Amino acid sequence: MTQGNTAVEVLSGPLRVQFDYTRSVGPIIGAFLTGLRDRRILGVRGSDGRVLVPAQEYDPITSAPLAELVQVEPTGTVQSWTWVAEPLPGQPFDRPFAWALVQLDGADTAMLHALDVTDPSQVRTGLRVRVRWAEERTGTIHDIACFEPGEGAAAPAETSADTAEPVTMLTTPVDMHYKHTASPQESAYLRGLAEGKLIGGRSEAGGRVYFPPRGANPTDGTPTDDLVELPDKGTVTTFCIVNVPFLGQRIKPPYVAAYVLLDGADIPFLHLVLGCEASEVRMGMRVEAVWKPRAEWGHALANIDHFRPSGEPDAPYESYQHHL
Amino acid sequence: MSTPEIAVVGFAHAPHVPETFGTTNGVEMLVPCFQQLYADLGITKTDIDFWCSGSSDYLAGRAFSFISAVDAIGAVPPINESHVEMDAAWALYEAWVKLLSGQAQTALVYGFGKSSAGTLRQVLSRQLDPYLVGPLWPDAVSVAGLQARAGLDAGRWTEREMAAVAGGDIESLLAEPYVADPLRAHDIAPITDGAAAIVLAVGDRARELCERPAWITGIAHNIDAQALGGRDLTRSPSTTRAAAAATRGETSFDLAELHAPFSHQQLILAEAIGLSPETPVNPSGGALAGNPMFAAGLERIGNAATAIISGTADRTLAHATSGPALQQNLVAVLESEAR
Amino acid sequence: MSFPAAVLGTGQTHHVTKRADVSMAGMCREAIDRALEDSGLTIDEIDAVVVGKAPDFFEGVMMPELYLAEALGAIGKPLLRVHTAGSVGGSTGVVAANLVQAGVHGKVLAIAWEKQSESNAMWALSIPVPFTMPVGAGAGGYFAPHVRSYIRRSNAPMHIGAMVAVKDRRNGAKNPLAHLHQPDITLESVLASQMLWDPIRFDETCPSSDGACALVIGNAEAAAAVEAQGKKVAWVHGTAMRTEPTTFSGRDQVNPQAGRDAAAALWKAAGITDPLEEIDVAEIYVPFSWFEPMWLENLGFAAEGDGWKLTDKGETEIGGRIPVNPSGGVLSSNPIGASGLIRFAEAAKQVMGRAGAYQVENARKAMGHAYGGGSQYFSMWVVGSERPE
Repeated sequence: MTQGNTAVEVLSGPLRVQFDYTRSVGPIIGAFLTGLRDRRILGVRGSDGRVLVPAQEYDPITSAPLAELVQVEPTGTVQSWTWVAEPLPGQPFDRPFAWALVQLDGADTAMLHALDVTDPSQVRTGLRVRVRWAEERTGTIHDIACFEPGEGAAAPAETSADTAEPVTMLTTPVDMHYKHTASPQESAYLRGLAEGKLIGGRSEAGGRVYFPPRGANPTDGTPTDDLVELPDKGTVTTFCIVNVPFLGQRIKPPYVAAYVLLDGADIPFLHLVLGCEASEVRMGMRVEAVWKPRAEWGHALANIDHFRPSGEPDAPYESYQHHL
Repeated sequence: MSTPEIAVVGFAHAPHVPETFGTTNGVEMLVPCFQQLYADLGITKTDIDFWCSGSSDYLAGRAFSFISAVDAIGAVPPINESHVEMDAAWALYEAWVKLLSGQAQTALVYGFGKSSAGTLRQVLSRQLDPYLVGPLWPDAVSVAGLQARAGLDAGRWTEREMAAVAGGDIESLLAEPYVADPLRAHDIAPITDGAAAIVLAVGDRARELCERPAWITGIAHNIDAQALGGRDLTRSPSTTRAAAAATRGETSFDLAELHAPFSHQQLILAEAIGLSPETPVNPSGGALAGNPMFAAGLERIGNAATAIISGTADRTLAHATSGPALQQNLVAVLESEAR
Repeated sequence: MSFPAAVLGTGQTHHVTKRADVSMAGMCREAIDRALEDSGLTIDEIDAVVVGKAPDFFEGVMMPELYLAEALGAIGKPLLRVHTAGSVGGSTGVVAANLVQAGVHGKVLAIAWEKQSESNAMWALSIPVPFTMPVGAGAGGYFAPHVRSYIRRSNAPMHIGAMVAVKDRRNGAKNPLAHLHQPDITLESVLASQMLWDPIRFDETCPSSDGACALVIGNAEAAAAVEAQGKKVAWVHGTAMRTEPTTFSGRDQVNPQAGRDAAAALWKAAGITDPLEEIDVAEIYVPFSWFEPMWLENLGFAAEGDGWKLTDKGETEIGGRIPVNPSGGVLSSNPIGASGLIRFAEAAKQVMGRAGAYQVENARKAMGHAYGGGSQYFSMWVVGSERPE
């Protein structure tokens, strides 16, 4: 089986991981961030007497908690640098720039930030640089907008206004994009759904039918490539009634999330049961699919809007008890 | 009862491709590896006492992405199994400990990663200090670039030596433009999707399964401090410590497989381990030829073991790395004779 | 070659919804420092560190142990990070113990943690994936149908889940470190609480907590040093881990084979033939109250279908035949990545005589249990006050 990109046509879709993380920073990182807001850069004295910048909570040699904050200058020297030809979202510049490790005057370690230069020829190890403070400072690393070549402090440090609270929390937004692909078997299933068909699969004729079909039959690792078309009727094995809303939920509660064992399938799958009171839904209830209008179909199980009671007598317990 | 002798008896890996048609679960890449191992060793899944894998949710963009990989095993009836959110070289370490403790006789270790699903160098920025560095989104190529530049400026290595690691005509390589100054394309491992698996066995069981087992006579791992500006990026003390423990000072090897996703890192590692200059390094091509994340370290061990198993070497070294700029490192020594 | 291993000391943070006063490192270090103090050790004396944590998306840091290396005292040492979904805390303990059992290290620090308030656990568990229909409603929505199946199979009366909630919350009220303290909770108040995912009610559901748990595992020599100071250790009598796929045709979701197999392997390793008789206290991973009777059956404390009877008769209270979750359990505190190790640590505390107000008298053998994923990962151990032969 070849595994190159062209061997098999699979469906893909975008997967986005986006969240604004809220972080408590603790006293040392909090002091550092509070300092930035006031245009002050704080390091911490390590166990060997070195001044570590940015301030950090635990010693890199002894792991001891560190507490002695030391202010350093907003000017320093480039220890190393690298060029970013194609910036990524979230980076300090959206045009080519340099990253630099800068050892500030008074510090014994270097800190990482962006350097505002427009060509690699403008930067070298040993270059003298200074902090460019952001106009609006809120207690994040972005209070330093970047470094820029030059000597001398750009502005004197402020003292904290009496009413300004120390920084205790930090919001760090994340937004990453992935290309998510379906397996070949899942792709066959999704294409089936796009045509109004329910496609299951088994590893060999006579084997257990999986819906959806799988890249690996979980009992033995073989692909469930022997595809089987299934009817859109089945039995509710078990279910719950979802009453609670939650972040990321797409369906408005209360709703019944039920495992439906399609006739001819050997494993149930989760879907919605509507068309009756939630309290009427029972284990063993017979259901049939209610499809969305064809014009709304895509490569999705959601082409079936929900299942509704079919009106048939309940399936006997023995017929589904081994699927619980 | 004496300390169990533990050997690598089999190794298989998926083709290194820029983009697999398979899923981020790794199943499609893993199943052929397992099948090859079973065929090579004449075993079935029931012959494996302990399973351990390495992978990362961040490559998949989903929590619990490693769970579906278990489907590839066919874990019915249930298996004795564990997982590390690290390169599978560390899963091999966990399996080695399990065998050493006498709680298993055989183990199958696997790793997988579909780097092409996301923007890998961006994803890896999530390993950095989440308060003060991560919010700037320094990508992994830039972090390596800072390390490379530090070494160039300190006279620790040259761009020529970096090109020599990549292999090929040095002048042509050096004529290429920088991709991320000071790194050129040949200095940077390609985006690779892949998976790998290794079977370990104890003592006589290993001898039953393999004519010439690759005995693990030393294995150790270690980690350095995380602040990039707080350590000498041109050296790898954690590699030195791990190597000292694994090699016990005997640093002559028929070959070494070093996990260096960037060319200058191979130079750092060879020095940190104390390899003699004549030691062939990465006859496999190393990570620069193919870097399936979370399997690449395991593949170094697999390649080093294969040289023993095939009879072309008697003593080899394998290394794996994790984290930004060689922060964490593992070293293993494989030999044709158990000690 | 298996060397004896013992828990030398444990430490935890006070579990709460959101720790606003510490960073992730600070939170971990609190638990670590307490465990070190409990063990009479300094951080330098630790040979290796094993970290356990649930999905990294919860905190938005990839492989956070890399960033935390200094905080965890791991610089210059071996550092491993295990991740076996919700059972990870247990796996952390098992792997740490294994390092000592294999003779690799003499003193290993196990630390498991979660600072899930940095994001939102339900969000992290429900990131929309293409082609999947988002019917599921987080962990509660996942397990509720299987709870229904248990109730059907066992004909358990409907108050059993509420009884467990009352017991665990009242126990938690005796535990200064527990997240929820509800000493006045009653059966009536639980049965009146909102149905979240029928049949699971609000008061039968675990909280979402920030928290960390650490323990130090040592070899015989390290244990002797602790005992020489007049303190007890908890000897590891056995460990077990088992895994099965999340779903497969014919899978028993209520009484998973992997749990049964893990328990059987555990009892065998620990020389236990009658768990109900020989185990003095069990810290079992019960995030939704109905899992108590389900796990009692799965683990072999009761025959299939009879687990609820032990609960109903009060046998799982402190003072009963098999006290379950005297610490308050997961129902009282749930930092997801840490919860399994908390069970392991609370089991150890019982046989070390360190459980304070919720101490089970004369506890000599205790079980710690964790499960994860779709009830598919199981890790568990038995610890005892006596060194095993």
